[in-house]
Amino acid sequence: MSAQPRKRRLEVEEIGDVTVVNFVDRKILDEQNIQIIGEQLFELVDVEQKKKILLNFGNVDYLSSAALGKLITLNKKANSSGGKLVLCNIKPEIKEVFEITKLDKFFRIQGDEQAGLQSF
Amino acid sequence: MADSSSLREIILPSDTIEARKFQDAIEQELIEVDAPDKDAFCIRLALEEALVNAIKHGNQMDPAKSVKVQFLICPEVFEIVITDEGPGFDPEDVPDPTDIENLERPCGRGLMLMRHYMNEIVYNSLGNSVRMKKIFKRS
Repeated sequence: MSAQPRKRRLEVEEIGDVTVVNFVDRKILDEQNIQIIGEQLFELVDVEQKKKILLNFGNVDYLSSAALGKLITLNKKANSSGGKLVLCNIKPEIKEVFEITKLDKFFRIQGDEQAGLQSF
Repeated sequence: MADSSSLREIILPSDTIEARKFQDAIEQELIEVDAPDKDAFCIRLALEEALVNAIKHGNQMDPAKSVKVQFLICPEVFEIVITDEGPGFDPEDVPDPTDIENLERPCGRGLMLMRHYMNEIVYNSLGNSVRMKKIFKRS
């Protein structure tokens, strides 16, 4: 039996030298999904050696603490490989999740995608 | 808090997929009582964190253990009691996840979100049961 292809949870495009990542899921809550999203994000740094990563949260309505944990790890990986991670287009309700946990000070957060692209 | 006799009860296995189905059902009921969107958002997030805590940290995903959920949804309020079969924990012992030295540690952030998004959150003395309440803000 052949293995099922792993469903992409991210839409990735290159704009100039920046790797822009959009999330397929509106709710980043489910443990299994978060695991897959984490793996696919980490591959960008560990395997594809991307240095400038812009995460666009425009599609995201919900985000759990487990998802925040993956983003923290991704940020650490990006920093230690000499790269940079920027977050953008975060809806106010999701922005609040970052503010409550004080992760708005930990991550580089920009307004829209254009501002994100210009911040590199 | 509501009298426990007025709460509906459901037993969930230590399985996040079953927990998701329960959360979807709750979301549907919140729509039916016309709960404000912002409050439904708060409940969804807090419920996710509390159920993951119960299944993963409390029951350690043990299929022999289950999670007891008692809840009440009415047009003014949402209340829920989530009890796992784990040894419990002391919520006061959880390190502050916003301290700079803890920022990269995985623990405590879910509990912090639950506290922020619900009006009341109380653990029992053993620490294996959490009671949460959200009062709807209707304009």
